[in-house]
Parts: sequence; structure tokens; C-alpha cells
Amino acid sequence: MFGYVLRRLLGAIPTLFFVVTASFFLMRVAPGGPFDRERALEAKVLENINKVFHLDKPLWEQYLRYLGNLLRGDLGPSFIYRDFSVQELLGSGLPISIQLGGTALLVALFFGSVLGCIAALRQNSWIDYGVIAVATFGITVPNFVVAPLLSLIFGVWLSMLPAGGWGNGSPANMVLPVLTLALPQIAIVARLIRGSMIEALRSDHVRTARAYGLPSRMVVVVHALRAACLPVVSYLGPAAAALLTGSVVVETIFGLPGIGRYFVQGALNRDYTLVMGTVIIIAVFVVVFNLIVDLLYAVLDPRVRYD
Amino acid sequence: MKNDKAETIFDIRDIRVSFDTPDGAVEAVRGIDMQVGAGETVAVVGESGSGKSQVMMAAMGLLASNGRATGSVTYRGQELIGLPRRKLNRIRGAKITMIFQEPMTSLDPLYTIGRQISEPLRVHGGMSAGAARKRALELLKLVHIPDPERRLKSYPHELSGGQRQRVMIAMALANDPDLLIADEPTTALDVTIQAEILGLLAELQQKLGMAILFITHDLTIVEAFADRVYVMRQGVVVEEGATEDIFQRPAEDYTKMLLAAEPEGHKPPVPDSAPILLDAINLSVTFGHKGGFFSSGFELKAVREVSLTLRKGQTIGIVGESGSGKSTLGRAILQLLPSEGRVVYQGTPIHGFDRAAMRPYRRNLQMVFQDPYGSLSPRMTVGEIITEGLLVHEPRMSQKERERAAVKSLEEVGLDPATRNRFPHEFSGGQRQRIAIARAVILKPTVIVLDEPTSALDRSVQKQIITLLRDIQERHGLSFIFISHDLAVVKALADYTIVMKTGQVVEEGPTDVVFDSPGSAYTRDLMEAAFDLKTVLERQASIRA
Repeated sequence: MFGYVLRRLLGAIPTLFFVVTASFFLMRVAPGGPFDRERALEAKVLENINKVFHLDKPLWEQYLRYLGNLLRGDLGPSFIYRDFSVQELLGSGLPISIQLGGTALLVALFFGSVLGCIAALRQNSWIDYGVIAVATFGITVPNFVVAPLLSLIFGVWLSMLPAGGWGNGSPANMVLPVLTLALPQIAIVARLIRGSMIEALRSDHVRTARAYGLPSRMVVVVHALRAACLPVVSYLGPAAAALLTGSVVVETIFGLPGIGRYFVQGALNRDYTLVMGTVIIIAVFVVVFNLIVDLLYAVLDPRVRYD
Repeated sequence: MKNDKAETIFDIRDIRVSFDTPDGAVEAVRGIDMQVGAGETVAVVGESGSGKSQVMMAAMGLLASNGRATGSVTYRGQELIGLPRRKLNRIRGAKITMIFQEPMTSLDPLYTIGRQISEPLRVHGGMSAGAARKRALELLKLVHIPDPERRLKSYPHELSGGQRQRVMIAMALANDPDLLIADEPTTALDVTIQAEILGLLAELQQKLGMAILFITHDLTIVEAFADRVYVMRQGVVVEEGATEDIFQRPAEDYTKMLLAAEPEGHKPPVPDSAPILLDAINLSVTFGHKGGFFSSGFELKAVREVSLTLRKGQTIGIVGESGSGKSTLGRAILQLLPSEGRVVYQGTPIHGFDRAAMRPYRRNLQMVFQDPYGSLSPRMTVGEIITEGLLVHEPRMSQKERERAAVKSLEEVGLDPATRNRFPHEFSGGQRQRIAIARAVILKPTVIVLDEPTSALDRSVQKQIITLLRDIQERHGLSFIFISHDLAVVKALADYTIVMKTGQVVEEGPTDVVFDSPGSAYTRDLMEAAFDLKTVLERQASIRA
């Protein structure tokens, strides 16, 4: 198992290298630069700025310099947020995004599994149809509709919760953004669990468990649900990586200082280093979560063995 | 174990089972009476679709969600139909236990054997985890699982089919049941393993005294194993009686037909002067992969240096148990798998030919597969399926000519040509296998490799397919390579037999010789387990005594 993890981590190095290289050059291919303004800067000033950020050097030299710094753990200074390094920006925003996304993930897993199970156990009843309807709704309605609606209803009309802001991470401030993030995930998890649960309940080994007089709860939870979890786990890898690295829409609407907005703002402003930093974080998360999922698979399913 | 005065413990009265389908309710069981006495062994025999399993599912509350049962099933006076699940759960798994046909899927793949045997013990007997474990170990010893200590911690996929069925039996015996319902428990197993499992059941019954209700389609098992028999057909009991009476003096036509459904016939050997069509020399097939930088490789020799020579008009039967490499050999001969050695077809060395090079030979070298459900595309009509090969091999044929060919080949395999616009799911298993044969025959091949073509079929249907194959062979002078684990079928069809085990040829020769005076101990065991189960079981019993 340890050897497998080591192999996977070593295997991630070329992946990350490719991601870094591709996004570095793609960013440079995009027209414009970080210091283009509506009123162009004076030539001399621009020249000085470019010199400070090494933008006057040939592209390959900039690339090698970036790689060198990256190996030393230095993501460079942000071009737009003056006086901030990319590490500082991501360092302050990432914990918030992780906290929001992580909570949303747990909420989604819990409610998604429960709803999916209930729907599967009451297949083709009104409860089942209700769950399917809610799930379809959750998947189809985009978060830029859900977020302002929630904010309007609970924040403005009912004044039950803050309409926005981080408030140093107080639970009240987290409810609405977490709900917005979790809603589509609840829907997806519920649908996945429902489908695999229906299949599991029809399987021969569940029939065996019933034939041996095991109580229904045990049949469902011990024998059917564990088998039904497997497809959800493989969905979880990419989903977790996406949730934990922040959401532009949710962070913008609720005014939260996560890292999701850096990605879009950085790209629009040609803040090369900030975009690179965000891309690297996302890539690392994807790699790590896919590894975790594969390891989790081996824990859940004894037929899966590494080495 | 026969005892006429035994108290009836399991009493089925006028049971009916129906399923709600989109096309309306379908009645699978139409009023059945059945009784099992204490300690008795009762067999329920029937072909697929006779409703024999559904009766038991209804009795045990295991019907699919669209199924409904009416009537009465009592266990020692306690009505089971309509019993609340909580009360039913006190009986099933404790007093009445079941083992199922599919040893591969009936155990939960995610839990250890020890845990699964312990569950009913803990639930019904209220045992502690430690006590249940101890009892599970005893049970594994009782069913003769080698290395039981270690097996407690094994997962089902780490066991062979026969061992899994032993585990199921251990689970079934855990709470000293009164009645064991065995639903085709040996159908998925090889004949020698079947004999072992049946021997084990007989032994355990003698030791523990429970009644056994044995559901099967296989009459040889019934004769060797049961005290009384119920013959079922299309949801009703056709005939019942003591095993001896049913076998000696069957009253009903259907029973007679079942008894006569053992494959019959005999194929004389072809003369040595018959031209050689296909020559395979020292074929070997290896599965696995070489070790890489990060991983160690593994290798499995599935076929080791097997040679065979097929002459015109000949049928070579290749028999062997699962894992013997017989199917792999068939595929390697047809160049469907990479292999080492040499294959010569009518003077041309075709070995190692790639797809394009093989194409002109494919029409001459056809194949029919075991699973008539999986091997026909569900989205093509029968006509399209049959004529698809013509599109490749006779590209200049007109649509009309293809139609004519389809009609002719459907007639040849005994199907109504008017059905050619239908889809495969509208046909029964036997009809589908006829379609698969028509698809091969339409190309006018010289050699057909038949890979277990009758194994998924009921005996009575098998018999028809065998007759069909024999007719087609005579009419067209075809040569067959007939791969099967079913010795009775091979005996009826093949004039030359090769016995394989773990990738090697154990014995080969003219069918009469191999079957009547087998030269190796392995072949002898195989023959006895297939044709003389009774003797095997009696010998096992005498060894125990």
C-alpha cells in the first residue's frame, strides 16, 4: 500500500509539470498584459515595472525562473494585488474555501445518502418521485439563481441569517453559502445512491441476507448501502477537489474572501502569478483527492488490492 | 432416510405466485401442493420457467417487489404467507435456511466469510462475537473447508465456486435448521465438485437429521439423492411420488419426456482417409503481463502445448472442467487470441494472421457461443443478425438474395422464416441458439467451433439442438470442434474426444474408447461423477460409515 501511494505521488510530478507548463504558456498567449490600462502607462514607467517583474526577459527565461522559484516554494508576487505575494493571498483565502467546501461536502454526503436510500427503499412511491423531483431541481437550477434567492429570503425578508459576508467564519454566516454549494451536490449524490441502492437491493447477496432473517436495518445498512456507496466514492474525488477550491459565484454573491474569485479575477487582469498559483492548487487537489478515492476504494472493497 | 410416518413440517397448499409486469399480471405458479416430512429429502424438478424456485421464494418472503403470493405455506403449523417480517425473520435463517444456485454472487463480496457465517448466529442465537466466531470455525470444519482458521478471514472472491458453496452450506447449518431449501445448489459447479457437494449434504443430513428440499433441473441428481420427487411444469405439479416409482414407472408424458431427454446418439469415427482440414500443433496460450518498472508481472499458462487434427466431417469434443483451458484453446485455434505454436487450415499456415489476413478465412471458420442471450445484438432483427456476415463475405449479394439466404437458413435450423423481422428478446434460449447456428451456417463454413452451445439450455431443448447440429453436419459435411463441460452431450455428438485439465491434454482418443475405458484416473472420476452419481454418493457414504 505504501509503495502504491509513493508511486502515485511520483506519478503526479509529470502531471503537475505539464499543468504548470501548459497554463504558463497559455496565459502568455492571451492578448494583453497585467499592466495594460485604458490610459496606457508612460513608456518609461512600464519599462521599469516590467523590469521589476522580469517581464522584459525572453519567455523561456521567465518560464525557467518561474519553475526555479516554484521548486523553492515561491509562487511569486501578485501583479495586481500590490505588496501581496501569491502565497499570502492563497494562504488567507484557501482555509476559508476549504471550510466552506468541506462543510458543503459533508452536508451533501449526509443528506444525499439519506434521501437516496429512502427513495430506493420506497421505489416508485410518492416519496421516491419527490426525491427525484427535488434532485432534478437541485441539478438544473444554477447557483447564481439559488444564492441571491437564499440571500433575499433568509437574509433580507426574514432577517434570520446574514445576507452575506464572512464574519470571521461564524456559523450563521456559513449557512447560506454552504447550502448553495451543497444543494446541487445533494441532488447528485441522492441520484447516484438511489440508482446503486436499487441495484444493490436486488443483488443475490442481499437476498441471502434476507433469507437468513437478518433485520431489515442490517440488510440495508450493512449489506446494501456499503455496496451502493462504491459509485458515489468515485464521484467524490473530482467533486471534493472542485468544492474545496472555492466557487467564484458563491464567493462573489456572498462577499466571501475565499480563493475561488482569485481565479477569475486573476485571469481577467492577466495576473499571471496569481492564476498560476490557483491552477497549481486545483491541480494538487485533484491529484490528491483522486488518490484518496482510490485508497478509499481499497478500504471499502476487499476485491480491490494495490500491489 | 425414507420415513412414511414422518411428521409433515413444511406444508404448501394451493400456492399461487403472480408478478405485475407492464403487460399485466403473469402467473408463475398456479396452485401447488407440496409436503416435506421431518428428515426427508424431497426434490422439485422442472425446466426453466416451471416456477419451481418462485414457490420457495414465496414461502420465504423473498419474492421480487412486483411479486404476490396467495395460498398457504405452513412450517410446523405456523402460517408463513403474510407473516409480519419480524416474525418471519425468527424462522428464516434459523429453522428454515436456504442455499442458492449462484455461489459467486450469493455471498456479500465486501465482508469476510467469518463475519457472514457469524451474522445469523448472532441475530438468531444471540451469540457474542467471540462465541459466533468459534461456532463459525466449527462449521467450516464441518463442511470440510481446508485451512478453516485462515478462511474465516478470507473474502468470497478468494475462494473457488465449490468452496463458496461449502461456506453457504456452513451458513445454512449454523442454527441447526429443521429444513434446508437448496435451490439448484450445484448447477454452477463442475461435475466432480457437484458430487462432493452432494456427498457433503448427504453426510450432514445423516449427522444432523434436517429435511432437505432440493430444487433442480437435473434428473441424475434427483435419482441419486432424493426420497420423493415433485415434477413441475408451467407453474403446476405434473406428477409426484417416490423417486424409484417416478424413475421406473413415470405416469405422465411430461415426466417420460424429461426422463428421455438425456442426450442420445452416437457418431461413428471418420475414416483415416478423410482430408485434414485444420491442424493445430503445440498451441500454447499465456495470459498475464510482464513486470514493469513499478509492478511485478504475473503469468498464467491457460493452454500448454495442445495439438489436434480435425478431419472433414469429424466432430472433436473437448471436455474439461472450468479453468481447464478448453474455451481458450477454441479461441486460439480461430486466431481470436494470441498464441504460440502452429495452426494450418487446408494447407495454409494461418497462425499469427492479423484481422485483415484472417478475414477471407473467417467465413470458413465459424463460431457459436455459449450464452444465447449475450451473443446476439439486442438492437438488430434476427434477419440482420443472420445476414450480417454476408455483407462482409459476399458484398456483391443483393438485398433480395440475402433475404432468400436468411429464409433458407432459418428454415434449416427449424425456425419460422416469418420471424426474421423480430428482435432476439422475443425468442427463447433454445430458439436463440438456433439463430446463432443459422448465423454460422449461412456462410457455408467448413469448420464450426461450438463453445458450450447447449450449456445454458434445458435438457429437452438441448436434445433438439443436438439433433439439429447432427443434421446440419450430415447435410453439409461440416466439421465441428465441440467444447463442453457436459460429458453426456459430447458423448452423443463427438467421434473423437480430448479431455483437458489445467491447460493440458489428460487423455484423447475415439469417443467410445475414452468414455468406455478411460485411461486416466482423472477421466474416470469425471465420467463417474457425470454418469454414475449414485455410485459416487454411495461410495462416499460407505467410506463415512
